[in-house]
Amino acid sequence: MFDFYFELPLLLRLLLQGTVVILVLFPLAAACSMAERKISAWIQGRPGPNRTKPPLAGFLAPLGLVASIPVLGTLLQKLGIFQLAADGGKFTFKEDPVPGHVNKFYFILAPIASMIPALSTVAFVPFGAYFNAAGELVPVALAHVDVGLLAVFALGSLGVYSLILAGWASNSKYPFLGGVRASAQLISYELSMTLSVLPVFLWVNAPGGQGTLSLFEVVQSQSQPGFWGGTWYVMTMPVSAFIFLIALFAETNRQPFDMPESEADLVGGFHTEYGAFKWSLFFVAEYAHMIVGSGIFCLLFLGGWNPLPWVSLADTIHALANILPCVSTPLFMGLIAIGIFLGKVGFFIFFFMWVRWTLPRFRYDQVMTLGWKKLLPLSIANLIVYALGIAWLQTR
Amino acid sequence: MSDLLFHIFALLSVACALGVVFNKNAVASALCFLLSLVGVAGLFVLLDAFLLAVLLVLVYAGAVVALFLFIIMLLDMQGGDRKRFTKATILSSTVAAGLLVTGLVSFASHGLVETADPATVKVVGSSLRAYAEQLFTVYLLPVQIVGFLLLIAMLGVIVLSKKFEGLEDVK
Repeated sequence: MFDFYFELPLLLRLLLQGTVVILVLFPLAAACSMAERKISAWIQGRPGPNRTKPPLAGFLAPLGLVASIPVLGTLLQKLGIFQLAADGGKFTFKEDPVPGHVNKFYFILAPIASMIPALSTVAFVPFGAYFNAAGELVPVALAHVDVGLLAVFALGSLGVYSLILAGWASNSKYPFLGGVRASAQLISYELSMTLSVLPVFLWVNAPGGQGTLSLFEVVQSQSQPGFWGGTWYVMTMPVSAFIFLIALFAETNRQPFDMPESEADLVGGFHTEYGAFKWSLFFVAEYAHMIVGSGIFCLLFLGGWNPLPWVSLADTIHALANILPCVSTPLFMGLIAIGIFLGKVGFFIFFFMWVRWTLPRFRYDQVMTLGWKKLLPLSIANLIVYALGIAWLQTR
Repeated sequence: MSDLLFHIFALLSVACALGVVFNKNAVASALCFLLSLVGVAGLFVLLDAFLLAVLLVLVYAGAVVALFLFIIMLLDMQGGDRKRFTKATILSSTVAAGLLVTGLVSFASHGLVETADPATVKVVGSSLRAYAEQLFTVYLLPVQIVGFLLLIAMLGVIVLSKKFEGLEDVK
């Protein structure tokens, strides 16, 4: 069915795949901003955006526009779906002034630089799996490399430069403070984050293996038969998962850790001087980091594309194939796997927003104390305990 | 293909390294350093040393340069006027450059560098296991010594930069 696709040159295929992933990730990140408005409204007991509808929807009814369908159109309007398009239009066509006192080159470079790590980290994230012709499980990912997780961390750590640059290039007091805070905060929490995932890889790399940091192998090791083979790592390593989650909040600058932005004391932080399209790029980048970060959390601790603990994707597909034979084809299986994975990621996006609209922001010194005096010792202790435990269990 | 990529990455890292030296703006220098490191990481990828490339980006590009920028911004360094060269500086730098060129030329023409057949060289940097084995057997002592040196340097910086007023502060 897809033979013509595999006959294309490799470079063209990779280009097409990359474009498709970006075309999915970019609107998804933009849609997150809409979801944020709706969820914040829901948590605060207000309706949120519910008025926007396409222009002239009443007159264009005969053309069969979605908005003019009686029940569904109203529902979509209430959900604020059309607000997304309106916001996008506003950000694109609004006047985009560049203040006179900024360092122009770096001022324009910063939002562009924010997109590069945000969209390139996703290349190393496997988001599904399917059986190939030989019956082996193959990951759906742009680049399936052995150093997967480290590559994501490495590229993700470059995201801080856009914040620093924006703060510095704005050449005024509050953005500058935001940029300085961003650099300090991201370095502080990167340590705990990296240390917190080590127990997972200690366990995955059992003696005798070739050694891997691949995220696909982590999911594979959570989909083995038997009680211990099928448990997700969030159950066996809850402390690691907890530290990783907290560090993830700090690394993506989400409340209660949004020090670079904190609008209460820094006006708008690093993006005070930005408006229109450049401002929206920062936000798309932040949401893209959130999506990728949630994806990493699901792969490491929540079994990736396995629907339930002790129920692996392969078992599900075999069971479903008895009823509907077509699900075991690569296309259907890939779509099911991606659907399960995106469902988990979606829950985490919701969790991010839930926390944001529930908890108050930390003070800056509290963020630093938490990072260096609490989280880092905890993650080192966690690593030592698990290293000893895993050494004892795996050499028995 | 990989030749073309080699040229791109080599050009990127050398051009950006020059940018680090010649930029008057400290922030621009730091960003050039960042790009130069990315170029070197690209060269590592072409050598199949993926782990090294990723670690270079993670540690140096991700954390060290961010710290540089943090310090530059915190101290609000402006490039400032450069001092004119004195005669002693010109003389000593000419001698140093001459020595460097002589050394490089003699190394290139008379150096006894044994280039082993690429087919027989054992690849130790490609798989994590091989990398770790080398790190914990052959290179264990050098790594420990370097780590110890870094620790001493860090302690030295803390001692030099912190003002000790009385015996209480030392405790």
